[in-house]
This record gives sequence, C-alpha cells and structure tokens, in this order.
Amino acid sequence: MIPAAFDYVRASSLTQAIELLRDNPDGAKLVAGGHTLLPALKLRLAAPELLIDIRSVAEIKGIEIGETHVKIGALTTHSELSASEPLNNVFPIFRETARLLADPQVRNRGTIGGSLANADPAADWPAVVLALGAQLEIVGATGRRTVPAEDFFLDIFTTTLAPDEILASIQIPKPKTGTRYAYRKIRHPASGFAVVGVAIAVRMLDGVVDEASIGITGATNHAFVGKEAAEFLTGKALTRDNIDEAARMLSENTECLSDRYAPAEYRANLVRVELGRALLELSQ
Amino acid sequence: MPATASTREVTIEINGLRRTGTVEARRLLVHFLREDLGLTGTHVGCDTSQCGACTVEIDGVAVKSCTVLAVMADGASITTIEGLTDGSGELSRVQKAFHDHHALQCGFCTPGMVMSVRNLLRENPNPSEREIRHGLAGNICRCTGYHNIVRAVESLASEGSVA
Amino acid sequence: MTISQGTRHVGQPLKRREDLKLLAGRGRYVDDLKLPGMLYMAILRSPHAHAKIDSIDLSLARAAPGVRLALSGSALEDRIGPIVPNWIIPGSKVPVRRVVATDRVRFVGESVALVVAESLAEAYDAIGLIEVEYDVLPAVTEEQDAVRGDAPQLHENVPGNITTFYKVKGGDYEKANREADQVVKLRVVNNRLIPTCMETRAIVAAPEPDGTLTVYIGSQVPHMHRRWIAETVRIPEHQLRVVAPDIGGGFGAKMHLYPEDLLCPYLARELNAPVKWWETRSESHQSTSHGRAHTEDLEIAFNNDGRILGLKVSTLGNVGAYLSNMATGGPTVNTVNFGTGTYKIENYEALSRVVVTNTVPVDAYRGYGRPEGAYIAERAIDAVARHLNLDQVEVRRRNFIQASDFPYRPYGSTGVMYDSGDYQALLDKALEAFDYEGRRGECEALRGNGIYRGIGVAAYTHMCGMAPSRRLAPGGFDRGGWESARVSIDSSGRATIYSGSMSQGQGHATSLAQIAADVLQIPLEDIEIVQGDTRQVQAGHGTFNSRSMAVGGSSVHVSSHRVITKAKTIAAGMLEVDEKDVSYSAGAFTVPGTDIAPLTFSKVARMAYVGHKLPDGVAPGLDETVFYDPTGMGAPSGVHMAYVEVDPETGIVDILDYVAVDDVGTLINPRLAAGQIHGGVVQGIAQALFEEVSYDSESGQLLTGSLLDYAVPRAEHVPNIRSSFQQTPSPTNPIGVKGIGESGSIAAPPCMVHAVLDALSPFGIKHLDMPLTPPRIWAAIRSVREGDAR
Repeated sequence: MIPAAFDYVRASSLTQAIELLRDNPDGAKLVAGGHTLLPALKLRLAAPELLIDIRSVAEIKGIEIGETHVKIGALTTHSELSASEPLNNVFPIFRETARLLADPQVRNRGTIGGSLANADPAADWPAVVLALGAQLEIVGATGRRTVPAEDFFLDIFTTTLAPDEILASIQIPKPKTGTRYAYRKIRHPASGFAVVGVAIAVRMLDGVVDEASIGITGATNHAFVGKEAAEFLTGKALTRDNIDEAARMLSENTECLSDRYAPAEYRANLVRVELGRALLELSQ
Repeated sequence: MPATASTREVTIEINGLRRTGTVEARRLLVHFLREDLGLTGTHVGCDTSQCGACTVEIDGVAVKSCTVLAVMADGASITTIEGLTDGSGELSRVQKAFHDHHALQCGFCTPGMVMSVRNLLRENPNPSEREIRHGLAGNICRCTGYHNIVRAVESLASEGSVA
Repeated sequence: MTISQGTRHVGQPLKRREDLKLLAGRGRYVDDLKLPGMLYMAILRSPHAHAKIDSIDLSLARAAPGVRLALSGSALEDRIGPIVPNWIIPGSKVPVRRVVATDRVRFVGESVALVVAESLAEAYDAIGLIEVEYDVLPAVTEEQDAVRGDAPQLHENVPGNITTFYKVKGGDYEKANREADQVVKLRVVNNRLIPTCMETRAIVAAPEPDGTLTVYIGSQVPHMHRRWIAETVRIPEHQLRVVAPDIGGGFGAKMHLYPEDLLCPYLARELNAPVKWWETRSESHQSTSHGRAHTEDLEIAFNNDGRILGLKVSTLGNVGAYLSNMATGGPTVNTVNFGTGTYKIENYEALSRVVVTNTVPVDAYRGYGRPEGAYIAERAIDAVARHLNLDQVEVRRRNFIQASDFPYRPYGSTGVMYDSGDYQALLDKALEAFDYEGRRGECEALRGNGIYRGIGVAAYTHMCGMAPSRRLAPGGFDRGGWESARVSIDSSGRATIYSGSMSQGQGHATSLAQIAADVLQIPLEDIEIVQGDTRQVQAGHGTFNSRSMAVGGSSVHVSSHRVITKAKTIAAGMLEVDEKDVSYSAGAFTVPGTDIAPLTFSKVARMAYVGHKLPDGVAPGLDETVFYDPTGMGAPSGVHMAYVEVDPETGIVDILDYVAVDDVGTLINPRLAAGQIHGGVVQGIAQALFEEVSYDSESGQLLTGSLLDYAVPRAEHVPNIRSSFQQTPSPTNPIGVKGIGESGSIAAPPCMVHAVLDALSPFGIKHLDMPLTPPRIWAAIRSVREGDAR
C-alpha cells in the first residue's frame, strides 16, 4: 500500500523531462495521471528511483481541431476527451469509449497518453486509435518522430517508445464526410478492462462500404487492426451475411489470450459477436 | 519532518483552508489527509484503485486519493467529506438524501460514495436509474446492495445544484 | 408478544440515529486511531502454498531505519499459545496452528515473520529485507483432491486431511430410495468466497499507564475477543479492555481469532508502546477467512408426482490449512442439518467431512452453512422439477412443510426445529408481486424470438441465535447462547443501554433503542446505546448468526421491563398506593380509577437515586442487567424470485427483476430490515454470478489476489430488490423476532441459479456451478450446440 521510496521531480517542459529520462536510464518513470503506475508502486511491483511528473508540461496538453488533423495532447484526461464538444463533433467515438472506460474517478485523472504508452492488452484507447488510423507523435532526445498507431503496439505492455522517449500527442486525420463509428466492449466485472473491445470506423457510399477500419483490444497480447475483415467489407453492403462473414473472418484469424476468467475460445467468440453487433449498429 | 532530498513541502487548499506539510515523495494523498491532517473521514478500502472509499474532490472533480501522490496535489484545491458540512455540522443535500433513504449501513464506503454522487450530479443533474448505477461504477458498497443509494440519488435528480 | 404498553416505536421505519456522524466523515474506525508513540507492525507472508522453512534471516530488517523489532515464529512459540478453534465438533482432529509459522507454511499468506517499526512505510520497507529460504512441498487446494489417497498431507494428526466426520440421519433413506419412482444424482459446488468487508481488519493494542492493556479491534464479538486474547497471550482477562469502535462491515469475517489479534497485544506489552496493524486489501485476500468452499453430492429419491421421498447428501467442506474459529461447525451442523430446507423430506441421510487444504482458512461468512444447506434443498427440488418437467412452483408447493406442521422437526431431527412459518403464504405473496403467470407466458413467447428469459424461485428457512446455552455444549460450541443488556436509568429518567451485541452497520443504535423506547415509554432521544467496549459493557457474545435482535433485542426488552417493574414499586411508594393498582402508560405512573395525579418516569428516576422515599426493602438506583438465554431459536423463512435474460451469444446475464418476500417475525424497523435484505441479496447474487476465489491447483497460488480480479459487484451489476415481509412472530422470544441478516445471502444464490437455468432450459442445460459467469454460460450453450451439430 506504500510505495518504496523514490525521488520526485515536476518537469516543466518536454525537454527537461527527456533529459531526466536520459540521465536516469534505469530508474526513472514518467507519471501523469498515475493510474497505472501508482497501483503498481503501491503493490511494490515496480520501484523506480525517480518519478518525473509531466502534468505541468503545457506543450502536450489540449485538443486542437486542425484543418486536416485532430491533435490530442497526451496529457488529456479521459474525462476531457469525453467532455470536449469539438472533438466529439468530429469523432463521437471518444465519448462513447470514455463512457465505458474504467470509472468516473479514474477518468477524471487518467490520461490517454498514459493508457497508450502503458499498452495494457485490455485497454480501450489502443483499439480506438487503431480504428481511427492515428499517428502517434513521439519526442525523444534526438528529436521528434511519428509512428502510425498500427506500428506502436508491439507486445503486452510494450510499445516502440524508447526509454528516453515520451508520447506527446495523438494525431488523427479528419474523416471524410459520412464516416460513422462504434466502440463496443465487454467489461471484466472486477477490473473494468476490456475482455474484448472493438472499435470501428465505417464510411458508406452508395449503399456499400467505401472505407472501413477496425481496432481490437483485449483479445491478444496487444491491440491490433482487423485488416482482413475491413478489406473484406470494402465495396460490399452491410448485409447480415457480409457482417457475419467479416466477423467470422476476424474471429478465426485471431489467436486469442486465455486467462482464468475467459478462455481463448470465449474471447474469439466475443471478437465475432462484438464486431458483428458493432457493424449491425452502423448498418442501421 | 524536515525537508530532505526525498521530501517535499506541499501547500494544498483543503476544505477552504490552506494547509502545508512536509511529505516524503512517496506519501499518498490519502495518507497525507488521514495521517498528517487527521482528516480520517476519507477511507482506504483497497490497494488497486477499485473501491472508491478514498474519493475526494481535487479541483472540483472526484478523484481516488489513494492513487495520487501528495506531492502531485501540491497547489491543488481539495474537498473531503469533512468539507461538506459547514461549521454548524449541517449535512449537505447529498448527505441528507443518504440519511433519508437509508443509503448507508456500516458507513465505511459512504464518504467516497457521497463524493462520487456529487460528481455524478455535476455531470448529469437528472440521471436515470441506469445512469446512476453506471455513474457509481468507481465505488464499492458491500452493505446496501446499492438499492437505497440509487433511491437517494434518484431523489436528488433534477433538483438542481449539487451543494 | 408481551409488549403490554402499546407499540409505538417497534415496527416504525425510523431513520437511523448513527447516520449523522458516519455521513459527516466523523465515524471512528480502528485505522483512524493515532496514538502518541504508536508503532506499526507489518507481516511477511508465505509466497508458497506448502513449504518447509529452511532459514529466516532477519538481520537486514533489524538494521533498517525505524525498525524496533523483527521476529520469526520461533521467537513467539513459547510466548503466544497456539490458536485454538472455538467450535470443535466432537471427535474432530485439531491441527496445531502457531501464531506465526515456525517450521512449515501451509498456505499462501500464512505469516512467517513480522517487523515493528516507527512508521508503516518503514515496516513495509523492512519486510522486503527479510530473507527466507523455503523447501517447496506439493500442495493441494481442492477438497475433492485433498481426500484422495495420494494427496499431500497437511498435518500429522489429521490423516487423510479430514478433521471431522459428521453424520445426520432421519427416517430410512435406503427404503425411500428403493420405493421411489426415480432417483437422480447431482453434484453441486458452493464456490469459495471472500467476505470483503469494505473496512479491512485492523487492530491497535495500547498499554495503559495502570498496567492494563486496551485493544482496539474491528470485532463483531468484543467480549469473545477479550477472552481469546487473554487466554492465548496469557493476559489476565480483567486487565484487558477490548474496544470495538465503528466497524466497516463484518459479515462473519470479523468474529474469528486471527494471528494479528494476538501479535499486537503481545508486542505492545513487549515494547511498552501502542502497536497498530492494518491489513491491505490484497493482504486481506490471503489472510482473512474465506467463506463457503463446499462440494456436495446429492441423491434425490422422488415420485413422479414431484414428491421427494428421500435425500442423501455427502458434503466435503474445505476449511483451508487450519481450523479457524468455527470451522468444524460450518460444513456440518450449519449445513447438512438444514439440507432439507423448507421441504418435508422425512428420509434424510447426510455425511459431512471437513477437509484441510493448502488454502486460506475458511470460516463464517454471512449465512455460514445455511446458504450451503439451502442450496442443497433448493437444487434438489429444482432438479426434481426439471427432471419431471413439472412447474418449479408446483413442485415446491407439493413438498412444503405446511403452516399447520409448526413447530416442525425436519426428518425427526433432535437438533433442528422450525418454530413457525407459512411457506405457502410466502410463495403466494411472491408469485403475486412477481406476476409469475404473466412472466411465464412472456418467457415462452420470447423464446420463439431467440430471447432467453428465465424465472428463478428459491425458498429458505434456517435458525438464528444459537441457543439456549445448555444445548450448545454437546455440539462443541465453546460459548453460551445468551446475550446481555444493562438498562441504566439516570436521575433525570434518561436511559443508557449497554448491549453485548455489536453493530457493524446493522443500525443497533436505532433498532435496540426502538425496543427499549416502547417498554420504557421515553423518547428515543432519551436513550443511548453503548456497545463495543468491554470496560463499559458488562458481558456479551456479539453479533453473528442473525442473533442481535432475537437475542440481543430480547435482552434489552427484558431488562427494560425489569426497570419498569422496579420503577412501579417505587412509584407505588411515592403515590402511597398498592403496587398492583399502579399502571404505566405514556411515560407516567397512574392509578386508574382515582384522581391521583400521574407521576412521571423522570420523577420516579430521581427518587430512585436520591433514595429519600423508597419502599421498605427496595434498594436505590434504577439499573437492571439481564443475561437473557432464549428458550429456543427463531426460524426465519422466505421465498425469493428472480427474472433474468441471458444473451446466448455472450453468456451475459441481465437481471430484470428481483422479488424477496421474507418472514423474519416481528419487524423492529422495516426500513433497516429491507436494507438487510437488499445487502444480503446482492451478496447472494454476487456468489451466484460474480465471485469466486481461484487457486492454481498445481502451485496453490491465489489467483484472485486483489479486487482487480475478484469481482465484487458494482451498482451497475445488480438490480433493484423489491423486498416485502410477512410477519409470523417467533414464539421463542418475547418480541417475536426471528433474525434477518443472513436471509438474502441464503436465498439469492439458488434463486439466481434457477433463473439462469430456466432461461437456458431450451438448450437442455440442467445444471451449472456458480458463479455463472458469462464465459461459463457461453461454454455450456456452445457444448450443447456443438453436440447438436454432431
């Protein structure tokens, strides 16, 4: 319940935070909302020597609706994502997802950057940024780089972030008119994390799918893009048969995780059912 | 405790009063409130941020104070359960509704639950039963089966201000 | 009922008096205590389910900052006696349980060493510096595995890992088996649970300047804790004061003697400083008693009309690594004695075996054995209905004990007697409130559309308030069945009532005051209830077994009457009339038929204390203490119904409605009574649908180690509970109360299981074990569908 002792610095800029990371290659951890790190520290599952609090770093805060892209600062809390009218006017999936994420108190404090960087295999935002084709802006000692969300998640709790890099923002290309979204999730009754979560973006044109994109979380070691199913749907009408086929395809191509609560077959079933239901919602 | 390399001085406005203290960096906000300031109305019911017994308001929103370091709250404004009753000890309307509807038994989860209800009503002043139940997802009560908590919140729905 | 002065407070849905401090954040729980010079204890716990301890190195811990003491079990072996159970079924083999393990650990979480430091942080830091070498042994966690011939053996004096054999027999089951039209067998598992009081356990032991010791502990049974601590730590009982302040829920988990309850008092005396221990939630999952953990094999003999002729039960009760406080009583007396439930099953035979395993000790949890017993009866009756394709309501009707049968001894039992009740009436009320016929039709209609709804029914009865004292000895229960109350009137006529019961949220400060107010006929505001301090409260047994109103409330009632009896004598003297002519009503003594002015209770109280004009032979004071030992036990009963919809694609259960009709005898406070039902039902729903402690059966690791994986329901997981009551007063006590606290957690598990099974009946699924989680339900449906496909 009480973390092992550590030192603490409140960084005022990205540069300062990165320097601190670089100077403490083994023992430093970033903290923003703290809702992933602090529970681990309290159970002494982690014992960093230094905590770098980046909540005061203004340059990675806020939501900007640009001409071509929407830019979300990594420090944006789940509640802010849910509350932002400009953001949800463009991407209503943020409110839909935030509503299903953890609980109100956690949403008031936890950040999207923390959630993505932590890469919990059952977190919600990874599925959403995948479905939205987001680019993740990463800042490090050697400069800035942008990584497509699809390449960001590598394994359970593992991303492409180097130890001295910070996830700065999420940049999402603005959608074509008529794109619709859905996020569906089966919550673990205790943790609130996704047993399986499905985020989809679909644009219909002349009665057939013009573009489709699918992000899945909870099912495997890390969130992933359901490419094959999306490609299958493209150019087709969202009929019951096509939906079922896409859902079956995604489910069968996914090597699901198994745990005490949910065996792999159950997760695979949820991938099928939840994708099917999400598509059905959008077909109506 | 004198300030050392691993300790920090913090200044936090709590229930309208400016409070300062020297804390270890690892000091959790809930322990700062309970142990250092004697504000024991905020409780600790778990160690994984599930139960919500430690819920307080930081800068106007409900937060689990077991998942915030005291140093991270430096400069913030915090309201705890003790801050809801004014000097006269008069209960606030959420607290009154809990009393009227028998929405507490052992009382351990109650301060955190009351804070969450305030948060819920700020976000949605007229919640449906489903919205109330969903809005209390961050708090566990083991005694009431939630039934009367939901009744208490329903009685407050559409009444307007949260205070 | 002997309330002669007319009921005013009993039966009223009064708001609670204790709410105000709790709502304002001014409750005082043990962990809120901070005493000058207080030290903090932390415990190093075994990471292994079964291992020999080869060595323990405390040197780094001892040298760590702030550390005052670091000890392993061997240093305590001669100082603190072994932990002895308080309920030992005769013939049981009792393994030795050291307060801290010495040479061997037998479950993940068993205490191995301890540190006392100047701050909790330093204590935790130092715990991490203790080095222990273990020689890991094979472990066994499941009761069925533990009784196999090749199972690892936990204790030398417990051959085969069975501590206790217990048999019950009534009628002739074998004959019933031969004569019945049909016999079905069913194995049911009663899943292991964690009681999960929102306040974890905590204890502060503080030496006093006068050489006595005060122990602050969240205890349901303060006087029992005083006795147990005194005997085990060897402190004269009169020099020990146990204080139980506000308690954040108990549910049975806070009525046992745990190692920490002994360590803090011992260490406080050793170090001459207050010592606090507070349990983290994750620690609680592996150190506070678990509940349930049974497997029962049932054999049901019945006729084609649905009448059950006989029932045979074989129970394996998993009690963990050692016998906790009441461990041998749960799977035995408390379970199989009640295995026939509300049904007239005259040929009954049960064998219960109490089994040790490498797991956290299992003990009382809300209902203790009665949920398991009711589950036997209810799953049996449900199996018969399902087997015969008869209506589940009708089969219950055909088998119910009838109202005219009370008092009723099931299967000719000598130990069990149901004092009163009317199950048919309960069922009728429930059916009406539920709209059974309408919903039955709705279920049928919707099934055609692929919507799977189901109705669950469960009936229950049990017995509350173990008593009378003299009947408890043969069962090995090492305490009495009485409760004590002292009603002390001050010279102004106000009352302070010292009750041996112990509220953990039930609201005794309100309900006991209601009982007293009606007898004393003084306003509620003029009554204070004192509990939870052995220095103030003369004696007591505390709160468990739904006994507080039936036994504790009756003791308040009787002592209040004694106060009035004495006051009447004094009043007669003051009025200079014969005592027989005095009556007491509306708070004043009058002499009916005369013009003598009424004499208020407060004036009589003043006279009692100045003593100026007392009748001859009457001592001053108005202060009566009663040790009330009931003549028998009240048997609450009830019928609960649930309406659910199961999503066959995901296995998710949506609870659409829940109706509870309970007969708990006289209601003291309907508002608080309904609250007890709500909370109990949700704990029962939790058992049925959500909660289950899991161990890795190979390593013995606890897999549900925190609230991240042990699924305690949230508000959004559970429905509204429509609670109503029928009041058949119990003839076993003067206020007609039966007990209510455990009703919900007894009725809800079978009710929920039956509702889900009913929803799944189109798939031909006849049985599933709790918890009915979505993956489990989905897997059952899938296996049927795959079977059909083949």
